[in-house]
Amino acid sequence: MQKLIHLDKLRMDFPILEKKIHGKLLNYLDSSATSLTPKPVLDKVNEYYNEYNANIHRALHSMGEKATEEYEEAHRKVAQFINAKMHEVIFTKNATESLNLLAYSLTKKLKKGDEIVVSEMEHHSNLVPWQQLAKEKKLKLKFIKVKDGRLVDVDKVITKNTKIVSVTHISNVLGTINDVKEIGRIAHNNGALMVVDGAQSVPHIKVDVKELNCDFLVFSGHKMLGPTGIGVLYGKEELLNKMSPFLYGGDMILEVKFKDSKWNDLPWKFEAGTGPIAQGIGLGKAVEYLESIGMDKMKEYEEFLTEYALEKLKEIEDVEVYGVDNAKERSGVVSFNIKGIHAHDVSAVLDREGIAVRGGHLCAMPLVTQVLGQQSVVRASFYFYNTRQDIDNLVRGIKKVKEVFHGH
Amino acid sequence: MVTESMDTNYLGDEEIYKENILDHFKNPRNFGEIKICEICHSELNPTCGDMVKIFVKLKNGNIKEAKFKGNGCAISMASASMLTEKIKGRNLKEVKKMSEREIHEMLGIHLGPVRLKCGMLSLKTLLKGIEIMEERK
Repeated sequence: MQKLIHLDKLRMDFPILEKKIHGKLLNYLDSSATSLTPKPVLDKVNEYYNEYNANIHRALHSMGEKATEEYEEAHRKVAQFINAKMHEVIFTKNATESLNLLAYSLTKKLKKGDEIVVSEMEHHSNLVPWQQLAKEKKLKLKFIKVKDGRLVDVDKVITKNTKIVSVTHISNVLGTINDVKEIGRIAHNNGALMVVDGAQSVPHIKVDVKELNCDFLVFSGHKMLGPTGIGVLYGKEELLNKMSPFLYGGDMILEVKFKDSKWNDLPWKFEAGTGPIAQGIGLGKAVEYLESIGMDKMKEYEEFLTEYALEKLKEIEDVEVYGVDNAKERSGVVSFNIKGIHAHDVSAVLDREGIAVRGGHLCAMPLVTQVLGQQSVVRASFYFYNTRQDIDNLVRGIKKVKEVFHGH
Repeated sequence: MVTESMDTNYLGDEEIYKENILDHFKNPRNFGEIKICEICHSELNPTCGDMVKIFVKLKNGNIKEAKFKGNGCAISMASASMLTEKIKGRNLKEVKKMSEREIHEMLGIHLGPVRLKCGMLSLKTLLKGIEIMEERK
C-alpha cells in the first residue's frame, strides 16, 4: 500500500521529517492544523525573492513582468486544480478571510427574517462571521444537526426563506466527508446560494467545483503544502461580477476620480493592495506537487492510514474515538479522548515522545462541547507523508500518557 | 538533510509532569466552595475550555481562606491548588502584585506561551475577582 505513492521518495522532500523533538524523530500528526511544506514549494518561494522580487501589475521592468506572470500563472494552476476558470480564483489571506468576504458581501442585500443555514460541525470561521452578521441584520441563523458524526435532516432546515447555505466539506474534528453536492442541490432548489468550506477537503480529496456545482468554495494554502498567509476564494463568474468589492485600494481599480471609482476585472477586483505574491506563487507550486502525486491515490492512501488508526486506537482501553466508523466516509482526521485525562495533558506528554497532535476544542467549540459533550479532544490528522509507523508510535505514546497519569 | 541542526534548547527538555504537579492534580488542596465570601469569580481559558472558580474569605485585609472549583488540564488544576495554598494568610496587597514569575516558581517548571495560559488561569481569575470586589466597594 505504501508503494501506492512512493512514500520514501516523497518523504525526502520534507527535510523537517528528519528533525528530532526531545531526542525523538518527529511524528507529525497535525496536518489538519497546518501541513508541512515540501522543498519544491520552499524553493519556489525563494526563487521569487532571489530572482524576481518585484510588485505585480505595476512595474514595467523585467522583474515586475516576471512576478506578474508567475502570480497570474499561480491563479491559473489553482483554478485548474479545482476545475474553475482563472478569473474565478481570488487570492486572499486564508479561508477565514474568504468566508468573511462572503459573509459581508452576500448579506448586504438581505432583509430581516431571511435565513442563513450552516451546520453544527462548522469551524468557527464558518460560524462566527455568519452569526455576527445575522445578529447585526436581524437574519435568522439555522443549523443542520449532527447525529452520530453525520449531518441529518438537511431538507428540513433549508427552506424557501433560506438565502445562503454554508457548510464544511470535511469536518476538522470528526473527519466526516459531507455530501455537499446534495446539500447544494437542496439549497439551489430553494433559491439559496451554496458556499463550501473546503479548508479540509481541497488538500486531501479531488474537489471539482463544476461537479459539486457550488457557488463559492474557500480554502487555505498552508493546509495543502503551501506557505502561510495565502488563501483562496472561488466564486462563479456571474456571481462575482454582481458582488461589490470587499476591500478597496490599489490594484482593484480601473479608474479613480476624486468622487468615484470603477472596479478592475476579476479576480483583481477582489484583490486590493499588494497581495501575498511569494505565497501565491508558492501555492501554485504546491498544487502542482499535489497533482503530481494524484488526489485519488492520496485519498486511497489516507483512507488506509485512517482505517489503521481507527482500528489501533479503538483497541486501547479508556480511549474513546469520535466520528463515523467507516474510514471510507471520512478523511484522515481522528479525534479521541483518554478517559480522565485532559487533551492538553495528552498532547504535552505525546510531544515529549516526538508526536505532534492537536488538543483542545479545535476551533469548533459548539461541536466539541455541545454535540460531543467534551471539554476538549485530542486530534491526530494525517497526510500522505505519514506512515503506519507514525500511528504505531502514537499508540505507544498513548500508553505512556496513561502510565504518567494513571500509573499503569 | 537536516538532522539536529536546530538545537532543542528552546523546547525545554525538563519533564512537565513532575511529581508535585501530578500530586496536586490528583489530590487537589482546597477543592470546594466557600458559601459566604468576599471574592468569588470564575474564568475560562478559551483555548481549551478549562474553567477555574476561586473563592476567597478575607479578614483584616488578609486572606483567611481560599478554595477553588473547576475542571481542566493538570497544569491549570495543579496551579489553582498550589495558588490557594500559597495565598492563604497573605496580605491582599501582596497578592495583588503576584505575576507570571511567581507562577513559574510555584510550579517549578517553565511553560511555553500556549501552556502558560493554563498555568496562569488561576492567578488571572483571582486578580480579576479582587478587581471586581474593589469596584463594588
